[in-house]
Amino acid sequence: MLGEGIAKGLVETARNFFGSYSNKDRLTTVQFPEERLPQMEATRDFPFLVYDGSDWQSGLRCVACQICEKECPPKCIYIEKSKDKKPDFVGKPQFYPAVFNIDVSVCMSCQICVEVCPFEAIKMDTEFELSTDDRFGGLLWDKARLARPNEHYRQIHPTDAAVSDAILAEEKAKAEAKAKAATEAKANPTPANVPQAGSGGTATQ
Amino acid sequence: MIEAAVQESTPGEETLLELSLGPHHPSTHGVFRMDIVLDGERVVKLKPVFGYLHRNHEKIGESSSYLASMPYTDRLDYMCSLTNNWAYALAVEKLAGVQVPERAEYIRVITAELTRLQNHASTIGFLLQEMGASGTPLMYAFREREIILDLFEALTGSRMMCNYMRFGGCRVDLPAGWLEQVGKVVREFPRFLDEFANLLSDNEILLARTQGIGVVSKELAIQGGITGPILRAAGVNYDIRKVDRYGIYERFDFRVPLGEHGDVYDRYMIRMLEMRESLKILEQALRDIPGGPIMDSKTKIRGFRPKAGEAYGRIESPKGELGFYLISDGTANPYRYRVRPPSLINLTILEDMCLGSNVADVIVIFGTIDIVLGEVDR
Repeated sequence: MLGEGIAKGLVETARNFFGSYSNKDRLTTVQFPEERLPQMEATRDFPFLVYDGSDWQSGLRCVACQICEKECPPKCIYIEKSKDKKPDFVGKPQFYPAVFNIDVSVCMSCQICVEVCPFEAIKMDTEFELSTDDRFGGLLWDKARLARPNEHYRQIHPTDAAVSDAILAEEKAKAEAKAKAATEAKANPTPANVPQAGSGGTATQ
Repeated sequence: MIEAAVQESTPGEETLLELSLGPHHPSTHGVFRMDIVLDGERVVKLKPVFGYLHRNHEKIGESSSYLASMPYTDRLDYMCSLTNNWAYALAVEKLAGVQVPERAEYIRVITAELTRLQNHASTIGFLLQEMGASGTPLMYAFREREIILDLFEALTGSRMMCNYMRFGGCRVDLPAGWLEQVGKVVREFPRFLDEFANLLSDNEILLARTQGIGVVSKELAIQGGITGPILRAAGVNYDIRKVDRYGIYERFDFRVPLGEHGDVYDRYMIRMLEMRESLKILEQALRDIPGGPIMDSKTKIRGFRPKAGEAYGRIESPKGELGFYLISDGTANPYRYRVRPPSLINLTILEDMCLGSNVADVIVIFGTIDIVLGEVDR
């Protein structure tokens, strides 16, 4: 019968319309911004620089190796290496970024800088309400704007932060063990060290 | 929006009207323009004009490293970033001879089939929107699509620009409870398909608007190099998942729906049926997914340099055959990086499909090709 298909369709529409009053599955929208869905843990938008401790200047993990600058697909990172060195989290003197800029109007949130960073220094933030009326200065973020404490990272990505903390703790333990061994070796040179140095010498000849 | 100019007419001859449809027309799926010559309501000539969204994708691919092209592939067909990732990863893996762990293969199949579900759902929604079913079907389709996009966000961190696959596996392992959520989608998606079938498949207006419109014959589809749902709607049994059996598709039991008439209705129906087949694949993949690593341990993220050679990797993306052709000269950047986009090649038969039909039907026929301009223009 003509019109049967249309009637069947209208029944379906009515079921969805009236269902939205009783069934939560049928009512899928939320009243943003008053009402907000919880953010997902994996969510990413723009990068930030992680620092340890309370002072961002001294605690910045970045050692200005410039790998992220090289690997960034749209080339939105600009780094200038420092002339002097400062101690990093294990106490080893390292360079630090004198300038670290990210142009977030160019950044495409691909997370490749995070993946290639060997120092757990750059991570993805989840802050998304970032609109500004200053499209040049307001979207070129310097290192003061980019620095965020490690606690912030633990809060937004707890699972990833736990992995990152474990890696750093392991490195620190290794470095400490090495330093301890080195100081002990310096304090009382064991006879075992002497032939090793000698054999090394002969091999190079 | 629409400029019309009456061509010079000589007395005694019928007046032809030249119509420029697009590029900023909501039914052209982005920025696409058609120069149509009309005789009354009938289309006499149609010339597609595109390139408004050209972003130099291939040249950028040749001047950046292999990994740096991965996030750019998301932006080709921005509705289905995960299948684009897979096609590119497949080409590079062929080039470098990288093996993919089994768990990663299963994750790829699951994400690709979810992509197919959300792409087909929104394509049908848009098609009906353009046909005049304003709002309702598109809203229902987007409700389901949103659930799948939430799954993508939970896994990859982004709803549409996923950037998830890597050469030799995937970027991160599945978060806890993700597979259960996919299982829930697989259980509940048929309800949406039934709802859609009730809402539309028997609707007399839909039948009148789609049956016998925009017919593509078998011969034309094969000669034009058409792939994907349009080819299968014309009755050609060609699905790269069955032909190439790339990845681990030979392990799954699914059928390839075929059309008979090659008209708009067949192309609509093929997509509905393909969604049901995708659900079958998902069910089997969720049942069989093993544990283990998700990345090939020998492949490094940084300093990736495949040996000199060439490779072509292709997959059945929701829109057709998506292929990446790469030539390596042994350096960190590909020497040649070429995309075979299904949208662009399917668009080449638009004039043949539209000749003789009405202006209103052109929009409907165009909607069933299912193009994304990001992929056409690159």
